[in-house]
Amino acid sequence: MSKGVLATDKRGVRELGAEKKVGWDEVPQGVVLNSFDDNVDNLSHLRPEERPYSDFNSFTATVASWRVIKPVYNRDICIDCQNCWVWCPDTSIISRDKQMIGIDYDHCKGCGVCVEVCPTNPKSLLMFTEAVDNEEALSGWPEKKKKEKK
Amino acid sequence: MAITNIKNLKEFSTANERFEGAHLLCPGCAHSMIVRELMNATDDNLVIASNTGCLEVSTAVYPYTSWDTSWIHIGFENAATAATGAEAMFKARKRKGTLPNPDAPVKFVAFGGDGSTFDIGFQWLSGAMERGHDFTYICLDNENYANTGGQRSSATPVGAHTSTAQAGSVSYGKKQKKKDIVAIMAAHGAPYVAQLAPNKWKSMAKGFQKALETEGPCFINTVSACTTEWKFDPKDTIHITDLATDSLMFPIYEIINGTELNILYRPKNIIPVEEYLAAQGRYKHLFKPQYRHVIDEIQKDIDAKWEYLQRREEAKV
Repeated sequence: MSKGVLATDKRGVRELGAEKKVGWDEVPQGVVLNSFDDNVDNLSHLRPEERPYSDFNSFTATVASWRVIKPVYNRDICIDCQNCWVWCPDTSIISRDKQMIGIDYDHCKGCGVCVEVCPTNPKSLLMFTEAVDNEEALSGWPEKKKKEKK
Repeated sequence: MAITNIKNLKEFSTANERFEGAHLLCPGCAHSMIVRELMNATDDNLVIASNTGCLEVSTAVYPYTSWDTSWIHIGFENAATAATGAEAMFKARKRKGTLPNPDAPVKFVAFGGDGSTFDIGFQWLSGAMERGHDFTYICLDNENYANTGGQRSSATPVGAHTSTAQAGSVSYGKKQKKKDIVAIMAAHGAPYVAQLAPNKWKSMAKGFQKALETEGPCFINTVSACTTEWKFDPKDTIHITDLATDSLMFPIYEIINGTELNILYRPKNIIPVEEYLAAQGRYKHLFKPQYRHVIDEIQKDIDAKWEYLQRREEAKV
């Protein structure tokens, strides 16, 4: 299901809430959920794809079914300003080495904040309905808009 | 390096995320923008406590957690208590030499919504500030109890429609003014108190870094636009926050040691508050002719507050 840089064995196989529902009185008291399977000492120096995520970490889950519209990313126009990265509420903009390299469609909820904050002309991120194929969306990308004279 | 480079966004974007996606906050929620920014602003280990609220219930839905750091879910009122308790134990164990990794830098952070900060956890927060622990309390201020269906809190501003202060033919929504939490926290003599907004990412990241680096109890009130209860389109979160800071509904400033006030953002064009109100569904009744006077009162209050902040910055007292 997952493609690209964030692909791991565990990724995106489970829908949040799809497993057996646990009643409030069935949850063990003082339950501890470990985010990682191993001890991780230098977390802030590990990239997500290098981390030993456990099954409890929501990184291994997906909320893709929330989405009715999705952002599509056009690498040719992007200037790597990282506005979308800093304001994405769902940690779904993947940036590596100061470059925006794609969208994490397992975690994106389709809010559209990234499209609103994109400063390029035309925008390098646009919203399309979920049914539209990414290639198809990219082939029909709008032309540069001329500035209206005031 | 304890501090992430935030000179520009490209540098900042090399930070490795420690707040994972697939949490259940609404699409376009500003809570996660703020939390992500805090966790990206530092490389240190973080110990985080969360009051009950949207952030807590959405990021730890059993059997999942979205936190890659030590995080505890605690009652509605006592994130401040839990964070300071952990800090006290950390110090004690450091002194006794029983920590497995004594040199690792650890920062203690508590998150609370406005309900748990302004109302329910106020006494606990005040106590923690007075005891002088080395921690940072961050209030995610969305001006209502969004988690339970949008009831009024003491952070709800005048004129806003909430589910327990409804607008209609006899009422224009909440009639009481918003509590000035920043001034109250500054009056505790805290070394760093600030009000920040996620649309100004740089001043926010700087403020977070300052608060984390400052020894002693720090308080930060952050504006967190709520798409569900403020009633606007999820994609407009940053736009609404822009309007909030440019209309000076939420001035961005810091108070150091309870006295020195610095204004961190001066809008080039101050927009009338009407634009901010008109963009949200919770204020739409104010544009009926019989409630126009409420808008004028809100504008008057904002102007007076801005005048006060500017004079206080100048006077340095």
